[in-house]
Amino acid sequence: MAPSKPQLPGVFKGLGVTLKEAFKTMFPDGLAKPPSPSRGAQTVQYPREKETPANRSRGVISLHEDNCTSCMLCVRECPDWCIYIEAHKTLAPPRRAGGKPRAVNTLDRFDIDYSLCMYCGICVEVCPFEALFWTPEYEYSEFKIADLIHDKDRLEQWFDTVPEFEAYESGSEAKVKKVPPKGAS
Amino acid sequence: MLALHLAYWQETILRLVIGLAALLGLTGAVVYLYLFKFVSFMQSRLGPMEAGPYGSLQLLAEVGKWLQKEDVFTERADRFVFAASPFVVILSTFLLFVVVPAGPTDEVAHMSNSLLYALAVSAISVIGILMAGWASANKYALLGGLRAAGQLVAYELPMVLAVIGVVISAGSLNLQHIVAAQSTGHVFGWSGIGNPYILTQFTGFLIFLIAMQAELTQTPFDMPVAESELVAGYMVEYTGIRFLVYFIAEFATAIGFSAIAATLFLGGWGLPASWGIGHEAMHVVGPIVISAKTVLLTGVVFWVRFSFPRFREDQLQRLAWKFLIPLALGNIVVTACLKVAF
Amino acid sequence: MTAVTDRQKLSYIAQQAADARINVELETEGMTLNLGPQHPATHGTLRIVARLDGEQVVSADPVMGYMHRGYEKLAEVRTYAQITTLVNRIDWLGSFANEVPFILAAERLMGVEAPPRAKWIRTLLFEMARVANIGLFLGEMGLQVGAVTPAFYAFRDREFVLNQIEAVTGGRFHPNFDRIGGIKDDLPKGWIEETKAVMVKMRDFCDEMEDLLLGSEIFAARCRGIGVIPPDVALQYGLSGANLRASGIDWDLRRDGNHGLLAYDELDFKVWTHPDGDSFARFWVRLQEVREATKLVDQLCDGMPSGSIQAKVPRIIKVPAGEAFVSTENPLGEMGYYVISTGDLVPFRVKIRSASFNNVSITPWLLRGVYVPDIITILGSLYFILGDIDR
Repeated sequence: MAPSKPQLPGVFKGLGVTLKEAFKTMFPDGLAKPPSPSRGAQTVQYPREKETPANRSRGVISLHEDNCTSCMLCVRECPDWCIYIEAHKTLAPPRRAGGKPRAVNTLDRFDIDYSLCMYCGICVEVCPFEALFWTPEYEYSEFKIADLIHDKDRLEQWFDTVPEFEAYESGSEAKVKKVPPKGAS
Repeated sequence: MLALHLAYWQETILRLVIGLAALLGLTGAVVYLYLFKFVSFMQSRLGPMEAGPYGSLQLLAEVGKWLQKEDVFTERADRFVFAASPFVVILSTFLLFVVVPAGPTDEVAHMSNSLLYALAVSAISVIGILMAGWASANKYALLGGLRAAGQLVAYELPMVLAVIGVVISAGSLNLQHIVAAQSTGHVFGWSGIGNPYILTQFTGFLIFLIAMQAELTQTPFDMPVAESELVAGYMVEYTGIRFLVYFIAEFATAIGFSAIAATLFLGGWGLPASWGIGHEAMHVVGPIVISAKTVLLTGVVFWVRFSFPRFREDQLQRLAWKFLIPLALGNIVVTACLKVAF
Repeated sequence: MTAVTDRQKLSYIAQQAADARINVELETEGMTLNLGPQHPATHGTLRIVARLDGEQVVSADPVMGYMHRGYEKLAEVRTYAQITTLVNRIDWLGSFANEVPFILAAERLMGVEAPPRAKWIRTLLFEMARVANIGLFLGEMGLQVGAVTPAFYAFRDREFVLNQIEAVTGGRFHPNFDRIGGIKDDLPKGWIEETKAVMVKMRDFCDEMEDLLLGSEIFAARCRGIGVIPPDVALQYGLSGANLRASGIDWDLRRDGNHGLLAYDELDFKVWTHPDGDSFARFWVRLQEVREATKLVDQLCDGMPSGSIQAKVPRIIKVPAGEAFVSTENPLGEMGYYVISTGDLVPFRVKIRSASFNNVSITPWLLRGVYVPDIITILGSLYFILGDIDR
């Protein structure tokens, strides 16, 4: 078991690695300053400290009801079929004087069942009217599974937390999309 | 120290209680410092933080958890042997601890050949492990117990042989005399820091550390307990308070062996100066010094434990028989020659 | 890198003979050991039924299927976008890598080629999936042989890569980012610089793993000469990926196949092989592969072409009738999708050729006669993910 060449056995390098990591955790600012492991550790003491997720992070889906026309595309495309929509037709006033009243869909029910949702984002992508948006919020755990079904009002509340879309890297030809103004009815 | 005259039985009880408190207190400190905090820092995390300030009461929480579990016996287990074996193991640890000197006259039991006694009594834990393996009525516990016994017996020899070098240098088997020899000795003529045997018996120290790691069945020698992550070796059928006793015994034995190693190689409770042996204050300072040195050596044990992968059983045995024992024998020969020459 | 000496091989055999004698005396013949399905050492719900003779394995059979989720059946009733979402979950550690061969097969059927920027971003995320996946292997191989600390370092440093993937795709583990004709969205501002900084960290992590594990004599004693797979046996069992390259066979689909599908033709990288074929070789090859992947990511970041990220495809995707098979060099090995389409919204049949299924098939041959601790080492070094075996 003795090493063949007269040099320090590799096991000592391993010891050095772990000791170095221990010192990095205990003294993140170097040995001159006092120890502060809570800053040196790579872990975050949730729920006392929280990390901010990325801008595009798929936390929860929010609904902007004004844009939704109940086209049912999101319901069809969802791999889990976790979106439930019920709507009825109403008559809206004509656009111009003397025209016919328009038939519009009004949402009765728009539920997303987050106990089934795979967070894939296909519904957000296929919506032709930009009524669904991702937000990075993730703290919506419940004690009962039934409470994981978010109804229309709750989804509209999530809309206030939708961040603006970021700028793209240089060389990109994509246009930055805009989020509809918040706080509207 | 105190000018009290206690009856023999009163003094015995006092000594036992103080010894037990010291052992358990040091064990708790070491568990918190190393098992919860140091390993966490090595792994870039913080460890337990919720139970008590900075997680200091986590050990109490764990003890409470183990205490409230059901006491389970397997159907075909030999009940008496099964129940007794954890206590045999921890008894061996405490018997080891009673001879560790903490001051000029402060050990729990005075013995003239305390080192011989310590090495002999540390082997009792092998019996406890064999009892656990056999009484569990589980073929895997049996194999784990046999493997552990083989490992522990194999590493007794390098430990004893490494210590003989120290005995030759100090000229005595008495731990107090060894401490005195280190404090008042000199290294090739210079007596500034005395003669801690870590300097002149460095090979012996390394062998003792490796053998100690194996005696404690810590990684890299923890194949009996990890058993390839299949079963927990000889401890597989244990739960509740008996498992807690094994858990405490593991760390208490680490303290016990580190205390012996600190006494033999680092100078024990003595400080390297002539006043560092005889002064009255050493009755108070001595325990602090030996505790610090013990905790330091236990830190090395845990540092190695969390940094290395584990050996396979046959590689472990080969290391002991074909490498450590010849090296220790060579160390004895060299020490003896140098002792006679100088 | 020295191979195992003959003396070491002979002494291993001698130990086994001695053990066999002891096992007869202790009457330990014929014990059946069930490793799994719940087990800390197998990466998921694999069950290995090993018949033991004391310490040695007489026969070992893997029992798979505990994690079968019916992907191929599900794919018959899902549209292509939905399948892309589901397929992320096959090899959950190298998540983006699962989407790529499927999308390439669908693109071949549609006759669509992704624009250059999309190809480069696809390759970039592919290589980052490789770094995340194999980086975790490095730490977790240490865990198999008993060192607990490397696993923590692997998870810690993998977080940086996952954060970067989240910044682009929105999901750390399940990006769902590949689309027929390109990718879903472009890179956010500042991402390229951050990613290059993360790759520097990953290279430091590789150096740490080298010091902690590769240089350790204990690790070498546990892994050298254990689980030797000769090259011809490797080919017979259909091994792929690093398992194949560690047996000395120089085959990498990034260089030897799929020309024009991903951006590898314009990149400069080395394919690492090792002649020994033992567990140590497999660890060594994967370590070098992670380093090489970080260098590839740097090249991809530097040379990213500008342009659009999506070719023109209709809104409702109906793939024309036909069959296509595309396989790529995934982190675990060769993963391929055989897509049969009848011109409908959903494919007629999707057959998934997963790398781990073939990698695990060698275990009955490989585990004969090894010691029980070595089972864990060998399984760890073969590196399979249960989602990949069972689909």
